[in-house]
Amino acid sequence: MYEQIAFYLFSVLTVILFLITVMSKNVLYAMTSLASGMVLISGFFFILGADFLGVVQLIVYVGAVMALYSFAMMFFDATREVKEKNTNSALVFILGGMSALVLVLMFAAPIFSEKIQALYPMHPEAGNAQDVGIVLFTKYLIPFEVAAVMLLVAMIAGIILAGKKMDQSFTQDMSVDEEILTQKDVK
Amino acid sequence: MEATTLGIVIKAIIILAIISAVAGFGTYLERKVLAFMQRRLGPMHVGPYGLMQILADGIKLFTKEDIIPQNANRLIFALAPAITAATAFIALSAVPVFPDFTIPSWIPLLGGTFVPSVAADINIGILFVLGMMAAGLYGPLLAGMAQANKWGIIGAARTAIQFLSYEVVTGLSILAPIMIVGSLSLVDFNSYSSEHAWLMFTQPVAFVLFLIGGFAETNRTPFDLLEHEAEVVSGYATEYSGMRWGMFFIGEYANMITISVLTAVVFMGGYNDMLFLPGWLAIILKIAFVFFLMLWVRASWPHVRPDQLMWLCWKVLMPIAVINVVITGIVIMV
Repeated sequence: MYEQIAFYLFSVLTVILFLITVMSKNVLYAMTSLASGMVLISGFFFILGADFLGVVQLIVYVGAVMALYSFAMMFFDATREVKEKNTNSALVFILGGMSALVLVLMFAAPIFSEKIQALYPMHPEAGNAQDVGIVLFTKYLIPFEVAAVMLLVAMIAGIILAGKKMDQSFTQDMSVDEEILTQKDVK
Repeated sequence: MEATTLGIVIKAIIILAIISAVAGFGTYLERKVLAFMQRRLGPMHVGPYGLMQILADGIKLFTKEDIIPQNANRLIFALAPAITAATAFIALSAVPVFPDFTIPSWIPLLGGTFVPSVAADINIGILFVLGMMAAGLYGPLLAGMAQANKWGIIGAARTAIQFLSYEVVTGLSILAPIMIVGSLSLVDFNSYSSEHAWLMFTQPVAFVLFLIGGFAETNRTPFDLLEHEAEVVSGYATEYSGMRWGMFFIGEYANMITISVLTAVVFMGGYNDMLFLPGWLAIILKIAFVFFLMLWVRASWPHVRPDQLMWLCWKVLMPIAVINVVITGIVIMV
């Protein structure tokens, strides 16, 4: 009973929050609602008994990904409204139609749900983290390793992009300031 | 004994009441300890030894004018302090603060109710606490961005950098104890240390790293760059006054207590009976010691520069934490 109440509460709130994310013209509202929507999605994992995934959702999406988004948002004036340019209405039409189709499929899914079987059922005595670990390191080992390599590539690329002049300290070396000043003069 | 809904609700109320009160009392303790370490007296005028200072501060906070800047985003501005306080208390819900106990039967209505040690006994407690504390960064972040103030936005930027970086350190440092215990449940950590030596002695590197990361995540002094007066006025809290500022304060102190409890349970033996000390007293003493350690460090060390903060995190602490995890893994395998 509690689970159903929690589910409906979370689902209504999540949909509303993500709608705000899409509709709002204010950066701050969009960001806050997206982050809180992510928190509520971790609530779904908890309802399903997948505690570990719920916490991973919390740490990865709320703690890291959204924080990076918000870090990028600092370059905007957060108190002003964003004017969106909508040039390609065909694209909007196609995307809208596709999301409607996905919605229909999602609502039709319970008809087929009886045929769905869990290939790797949970072991309540072992615990969530162990289950995820076993599946990750047996069946899905190669995707896991590929993802790790991809992250490594992204990290190296990030370091190279941001790493120019990393051997100089901006607070101590005055020549950097001078360089910035001369660049301004050129402009 | 099975935890009932009533027991969990009682536990939640106990946590809320005690931690809010202790957070208030913590400010008094902090001022007193700092004063003694700097050969001052600290608050002395209100009540005996200044003990009523907390009350006076509370009255001041509640009656102060609540100012919202003209260009600020009012909704987010009002929401941000609540996020800080709420996430701090939600994190505490998965932490075993006291041992299990049953309310004595002579108390009317509630007699005989079993109160569990953890309000929400999920078997991944330690990750949940760290995740919730990570979510706590939205308080300062949104506060800084909503208030239309330059100092605020610098404070918010520093929040994002500092919390994101030091989450890595706390997460990696606590990974080695998790590998040794083989569980993410704080209750398992507690029962592990009832049979083995404290993890503080078998994992000293992880202990020190976790403390440093914890100091940074709770914005304690060597790393208090978010609201350092000499540089950014008050950082994210520049435009806040009255009870809204007070909520940031309570959240920060609740986070300090969470880190203290985590340190006590994971590294210092938890709420097991110690020699002649009963478990509940032992854990309170341990929590108090870690709390005192935070004040001690504050009195002893100057704060670091932002670039030193990043250097320390990414070039020193994170490699040490990774090496520690690898060595622990090799030792466990062999």
